[in-house]
Amino acid sequence: MGEIINVEHLAYTYPGVDDTPGVAVFKDLNLRVDAGSFVAVLGGNGCGKSTLAKHFNSILLPCGGKVWVSGMDTSDENKLIAIRRSVGMVFQNPDNQIVANVVEEDVAFGPENLGISSAEIRRRVDHALKQVGMSKYAKHAPHLLSGGQKQRIAIAGIIAMEPKCIVLDEPTAMLDPRGRREVMETVTKLNREKGITIVLITHHMDEAAQAQRVVVMHRGEIAADGKPEEVFSQVELLHRLGLAAPESVELCYELNREGFDLPLDRLNEKECAKALFEAIQK
Amino acid sequence: MLKDITLGQYFPGNSVVHRLDPRTKLILLVVYIVALFLAVNWVSYAVMAAFLIIAIKVSTIPPKSIVRGMKPLVMILIFTAVLNLFFTAGEGEPLVDFWIFTVYADGLKRAVLMVIRILLLISGTFLLTYTTSPISLTDGLESLMNPLKAIKVPVHELSMMMCIALRFIPTLIEETDKIMAAQKARGADFESGNLMDKARALVPILVPLFISAFRRADELATAMECRCYQGGEGRTKMKLLRYNLWDFEAFGIGAVLLGLIIVLRTFGL
Amino acid sequence: MEPILQVQNLNYIYSAGTPFEHQALQDVSFSVSRGEFIGIIGHTGSGKSTLMQQLNGLLKPTSGTILLDGKDIWSDKKLTRQARFRVGLVFQYPEYQLFEETVYKDIAFGPKNMGLSYEEIDRRVRDAAATVGLTEQQLQVSPFDLSGGQKRRVAIAGVIAMEPEVLILDEPTAGLDPRGREEILKNIEDYRRTHNATVMMVSHSMDDVARLTDRLLVLNGSRLVMDGSPAEVFARSEELIEMGLNIPQVTRVFLELKAMGLDVEPVYTIDQAVAVLKTLRGGAAKC
Repeated sequence: MGEIINVEHLAYTYPGVDDTPGVAVFKDLNLRVDAGSFVAVLGGNGCGKSTLAKHFNSILLPCGGKVWVSGMDTSDENKLIAIRRSVGMVFQNPDNQIVANVVEEDVAFGPENLGISSAEIRRRVDHALKQVGMSKYAKHAPHLLSGGQKQRIAIAGIIAMEPKCIVLDEPTAMLDPRGRREVMETVTKLNREKGITIVLITHHMDEAAQAQRVVVMHRGEIAADGKPEEVFSQVELLHRLGLAAPESVELCYELNREGFDLPLDRLNEKECAKALFEAIQK
Repeated sequence: MLKDITLGQYFPGNSVVHRLDPRTKLILLVVYIVALFLAVNWVSYAVMAAFLIIAIKVSTIPPKSIVRGMKPLVMILIFTAVLNLFFTAGEGEPLVDFWIFTVYADGLKRAVLMVIRILLLISGTFLLTYTTSPISLTDGLESLMNPLKAIKVPVHELSMMMCIALRFIPTLIEETDKIMAAQKARGADFESGNLMDKARALVPILVPLFISAFRRADELATAMECRCYQGGEGRTKMKLLRYNLWDFEAFGIGAVLLGLIIVLRTFGL
Repeated sequence: MEPILQVQNLNYIYSAGTPFEHQALQDVSFSVSRGEFIGIIGHTGSGKSTLMQQLNGLLKPTSGTILLDGKDIWSDKKLTRQARFRVGLVFQYPEYQLFEETVYKDIAFGPKNMGLSYEEIDRRVRDAAATVGLTEQQLQVSPFDLSGGQKRRVAIAGVIAMEPEVLILDEPTAGLDPRGREEILKNIEDYRRTHNATVMMVSHSMDDVARLTDRLLVLNGSRLVMDGSPAEVFARSEELIEMGLNIPQVTRVFLELKAMGLDVEPVYTIDQAVAVLKTLRGGAAKC
């Protein structure tokens, strides 16, 4: 499988205000995202994960190194629209990314910018709303919907542009558990059924655990990278970075300190219970 | 609560009035207003009122909601009525002559007609905003103003701005509610004190509100860019505006109405 | 212990008499003692936010009474105003209410509105700042120059500075990373201990409420459906799941173990789970 995003030796410094020096976020960051994969980028506030996301569709441009999206250089101005068509972005606050006051009009906003025919826009809008399970609400006013529903509208607005990859920057941070579940289900479905590459930026461990690959960032560097089971079993590293593993792993970790010998890769409760059961029966 | 304020509220529906092209409705509203100002006497006003009532009936908009929308305007109506009642110098005997007040028959008639005119004007406008979604309204305006592009009027940008403003008004109203509640919880007092105190009490609401509005604007701009927005150039629309048979019928009715009022005017009716 | 807050048969209807009429609270009754740490759980629209605003007199009940120290807060205008200060309310994303030029002035806003003396205001601002871990230097900077987590702490300090006997917080940790969450929760617990205050915290994080609180109120469909210790509430995990609420993952692990035939009582914190499993294995080893 080819890669859709390729970050090579990325350096980025936020410009300083007035005479103050800028803040260096990345010095030499390398990351590849395979087409069709589901990657979670995990880290505390200020670790640079959102800054990184903004490099994926040319909102920010590298100060050094390169970012390639589907083989296009993000600093090539002529490719700007092609890049943004191929990588869509969903942000944290659903209210601040919805443009129109009718759901279907908002979903149409992106395709309208691409200059495609009315009939094709209509088809894409209907299709996108169906994908996120919001067809029923096509004519509703967005401000009357729940947070999870609004976020699904925002996702539909991106799907309607038919991107290869969707980058979601803490899409569930402002949602309640129900809304979070809705968004996570939508995202996993898009990845599984449509083969859309998902880059999910989050600080929720349980969400990251649903990805195929977890990249942990700390102070602008990659601190861990691998399958969720591999990453979350490094409990001590996570604690050092101010993060936590899922409770099931934390439980096994604590028990091991009490003389148990449990595996640390049990991310869901069923697996964890099985391991505990065996350990007790022994 | 602030949220309950009606502000160009749209009542979704499927009546002929709803289905008319927004441009038709905008043009008809202009025709209607012109006719209203050409109307001079009882008969003309009766014709105008009849037209409006039929239009409301056809639109299936509950008349109650139009009445409710009028409530904030009661003061203006009373003011207009009083002004016309007392300050119209008429001929003949005054109806009432008491202290400094003199009311002539002409004044009474003028006051009543003036109030009816304002009521008709506003209900007509309500009918437009109640039956047309803000989006198609801005689309209609954009399309009607298109010729102005020739003289460098940024038509697309204006309509985009209007669309976004409409989208964010409920959000910001809700936010104002929240900020007010939060400051009240810290003992802020918005009710008592003189005018100066009251003005000062607004600072804890306005500062957070402005900061939040700017933050939202900033995030929205980024989100729009991410969705490939580059201004009106090369942009297409999902919903194309198209005149249908009923639009031409509506234009016909509008023309008849205007003609009728002009004829009535020449007879002074 | 004598209760500080008593809520009796509280009902609240939004926009009564309009088509938007909506009953947000139905016959809610409970009472709260000094020093308790109470978690309020329930999903969006269950009436949590409405309840919070009733407790400090921001919203007036449609029917029912709220007694603060035995007195109806709506019986007298003075009492209503006092309730604002004695029951402190921290809204969701409180950092969006900051408005002053300096952190100091912003924290002083509440105490100033209480009409306290200059010295008392100064003491309270410094105390509150210390409670949430803000430095002397940070008091003099603009709140808008601080990071998200710091802003949140300034906003909480603004309410703490009124030294409320009951502190109510609506999702104080929403949107923060694990480290930021820990810090805020520690600040809140510190305030409760040092002031013997009652804390009521609305939260979606079951792990947090399970760990910190000694009592949980569960709201569902505008009614108070459960009121008990975390052990009692999480013992009814199936019902919670049915309401669309989360339960702590360790509790779910234990439900699985029970389903496998292990005789275990439900637990809700990692520490409890470790203790239970240790004795279980110890017992097994002896056999």
